[in-house]
Amino acid sequence: MSRLPALATLLAVAGVVVALPFLLSDYNISLAAQVGIFFIAVLGLNILTGYAGQISIGHGAFMAIGGYTTAVMSRDHHTNLVVTMLMAFVICFLLGLILGLPALRLSGVYLALLTFALAVSIPILPLQYTTFLGGTGGVQSSTTVSNTWVYGAAWAASAVLFVLAWLILRGRVGRAFRAVRDSEIAAVASGIELPVYKTLAFGISAAYAGVAGSLFVLAANGFAAPSEFTVELSLLLLVGAAIAGLGSLWGILVGAAFVGLLPQVSSSVPVIGTGHGRDVVFGAAVILVMLLLPDGFAGLLARLRRLARA
Amino acid sequence: MTALLELEDVEARYGPIHVLHGISLTVEEGSIVTVLGPNGAGKTTTLRAISGTVQRSGRIVFAGRPLDRAGPAALVRLGVAHVPEGRGTFSELTVWENLRLGAYTRRGSIQPELERVFSYFPWLSERRRQQAGTLSGGEQQMLALARAFVLRPRLLLLDEPSLGLAPVLVAELFRIVRELNEREGLTVLVVEQNAQLALQAADAGYVLEAGRVALSGTSAELRADDSVRRSYLGY
Amino acid sequence: MATAETSRLGGPRNRGAALGGGVPLVWVLLLAAAAGLLVGSLRSAFFAQLTIEGLAIGAVYGSLALALVLVYRATHVINFAQGELAMATTYVAYQLIQWGLSYWEAFFATLAVAMVLGTVLEVALIRPVLHRSVIATVIVTVGLFILIDGVVNWIWGGDFKPMPSPFGTKVYDVGGVAIPKLYFGMLFVVLVSAALVWVLFRFTKLGLGMRAAALRPAAAALVGVRVDRMLAIGWGLAAVLGAVAGLMAEPSQLFLSPTLMQQILVYAFAAAVLGGLESPFGAVVGGLMIGVFLNLMVGYASTISSDLHLPFAISAELQLPFAFALLLLILLVKPTGLFGHREVRRV
Repeated sequence: MSRLPALATLLAVAGVVVALPFLLSDYNISLAAQVGIFFIAVLGLNILTGYAGQISIGHGAFMAIGGYTTAVMSRDHHTNLVVTMLMAFVICFLLGLILGLPALRLSGVYLALLTFALAVSIPILPLQYTTFLGGTGGVQSSTTVSNTWVYGAAWAASAVLFVLAWLILRGRVGRAFRAVRDSEIAAVASGIELPVYKTLAFGISAAYAGVAGSLFVLAANGFAAPSEFTVELSLLLLVGAAIAGLGSLWGILVGAAFVGLLPQVSSSVPVIGTGHGRDVVFGAAVILVMLLLPDGFAGLLARLRRLARA
Repeated sequence: MTALLELEDVEARYGPIHVLHGISLTVEEGSIVTVLGPNGAGKTTTLRAISGTVQRSGRIVFAGRPLDRAGPAALVRLGVAHVPEGRGTFSELTVWENLRLGAYTRRGSIQPELERVFSYFPWLSERRRQQAGTLSGGEQQMLALARAFVLRPRLLLLDEPSLGLAPVLVAELFRIVRELNEREGLTVLVVEQNAQLALQAADAGYVLEAGRVALSGTSAELRADDSVRRSYLGY
Repeated sequence: MATAETSRLGGPRNRGAALGGGVPLVWVLLLAAAAGLLVGSLRSAFFAQLTIEGLAIGAVYGSLALALVLVYRATHVINFAQGELAMATTYVAYQLIQWGLSYWEAFFATLAVAMVLGTVLEVALIRPVLHRSVIATVIVTVGLFILIDGVVNWIWGGDFKPMPSPFGTKVYDVGGVAIPKLYFGMLFVVLVSAALVWVLFRFTKLGLGMRAAALRPAAAALVGVRVDRMLAIGWGLAAVLGAVAGLMAEPSQLFLSPTLMQQILVYAFAAAVLGGLESPFGAVVGGLMIGVFLNLMVGYASTISSDLHLPFAISAELQLPFAFALLLLILLVKPTGLFGHREVRRV
């Protein structure tokens, strides 16, 4: 992603994104919105895992926090929805920084387990603080929006956040991230303040997940509940990031489309029946993709580019 | 004396990086042959090519049999033991367990084999239950050698045995290697940084540079050679 | 590894702070905890009941944790599908019983099926990706998690299925404490399974080969160990231990359903980390400890929350986040767990 696709390609993509709502049914617009939402979340996670080399199976928790922020602020203070999204961004950024601190001491599988713990624990909090956070009944925002609104907001946010990510990654911060990923020892030796960049990576990725969470709740008619933010969501994000692979905008798009669309699409697989057919197909698809493309879609693109050059 | 091991134009690589560019060497049965050369010349890779733990091409013949697709397990059965750089001992396992692994390809009791090993390394017998990682560096190297010898291989591939050891221990190690060679007829191919010691113990040697054989000959010839003297023997 | 040394290599492994007599602190703490449990049990029948119950369910956690540790030691991968695999094999047992086998016939047949399933999965799904990318391997296990869940739901449906209890409904009276035979059974089966696995690793050539393959695959290969094969067998064994966990977990939940192992997986993670991800012994001990701790906590829940003036009530549902708070604590304080000794800290 440090290499920006040609301007013409970007404009073409932008054109498609703008044109789609006029061409699709409402249901399909909601699907496209989901892809946009996952695009943001997977983009953020990609910054963390791909560029800074840290693993997280807990970003669903940040989506939950972002989503609840939107719902609660809307319910209690009738805050403007876009403002709540910004709030989600900031809150999750700060919380992500805080999470980054214990993450400093852990690596690999231990970090994965820690974030997994987070993913399971956070959604249970609303069950305890029922008055504020609504318990199992959830929190309903005071305003709801149409699918087209969510679509527009999601893809607009995607564009903004993508540019932001691009700016971050091509700069000093991005170089520091890559240095951390490739060799922590070498990074420290070159004077890079590891703690700063590691926590920063967590903060940024959490902020992105928070925004995605806001939109996620808005897409669900402004309803935030623990049942929306299960562990499966965090796993879905990780799957999306893995399928995306590292270093390619298209990869992130493919990854987001995979986790945004496939579960819905596979629920209409005949013979096996709905809910379970979905799981069978989706699970099998995930396994197959990982076996064939362990480096994700970005890896595939890189290989194709090498072949084209040879 | 027949050649126990023959390498003909062997190339080897680690992924895209080619390290050996056509090595040919011969090891006569019952002899000790040393491979010398600077770091990165491909000495360790040569041994790995023989034991099949690196991607290789070219002809490798052991006791008349070509070793085309043979992996390490097959080689152990054929009678080749490889003591890698860094010894390859299992620090977390006991001395006895390490020795038992040396005979992994053999079913059943290995009591007679162990007896023979203990006759060369008597102190190992007392330390059976000790965790290998708590042995000193020199002792671990001896353990590695003992483990390689459990199944009485015909050929021993020894990689940098003197690394990290005090001179006294290194001398002792080479003494045992020579003893095994003389009494058990063990053929040895040893890669060494310490050219002095290696050429004293060996019958013949090869000098590798940048993945090719630069020089070869008997150890007397090599010791007399000017370039060897200057580069590796320091005078 | 070029260190010029003539003295001992590092000395005895530092397994954590030791007290005067060289006894590791961990053992002292464990003995103290055991003593505490014993004293509590003698003084209160309720306490004893909770403890025994906790031990029984903790045995299940320990069995699954052991499976996780086996897989982790061999392949350095956390198998997220371990719980679902255990659940699926329990369904296999259910089906065999439906087809007329007795419980114990089905039990052992299921263990055999689990062994095969575990090995096949490793060869087919894990081996191809393991060397390419660790994260891809983890994702494969995630996909497996989803897939198995779907398949089980598809074949058997999500409703509750009755299964005969292997130990009947007999309840023993031990000094005024009512202990169902089931609890003894659970503990017994799990401990025997763990013991058998231990014997395999310690005293057989195969076990030695498996340990060597897990410790240093390159060195193991040089002595003729078929490392790939060892990994596959490791996965098979893990699946067997998972099957034991599932089969023992089912009676305590009264009915069989696809959600059988989902929460248990979480506790098993905590147990594995508590014991040390590389320590099989730690996994079992960790499981027992977590089982007892959580059960005591839930049992004394109302007393605890009122005594400590907590703003919320400790209900049974809180077990899960508590397990995770515990996991968090361990990971922050001593990630290598009680019995682990691998370095986990980075720069």
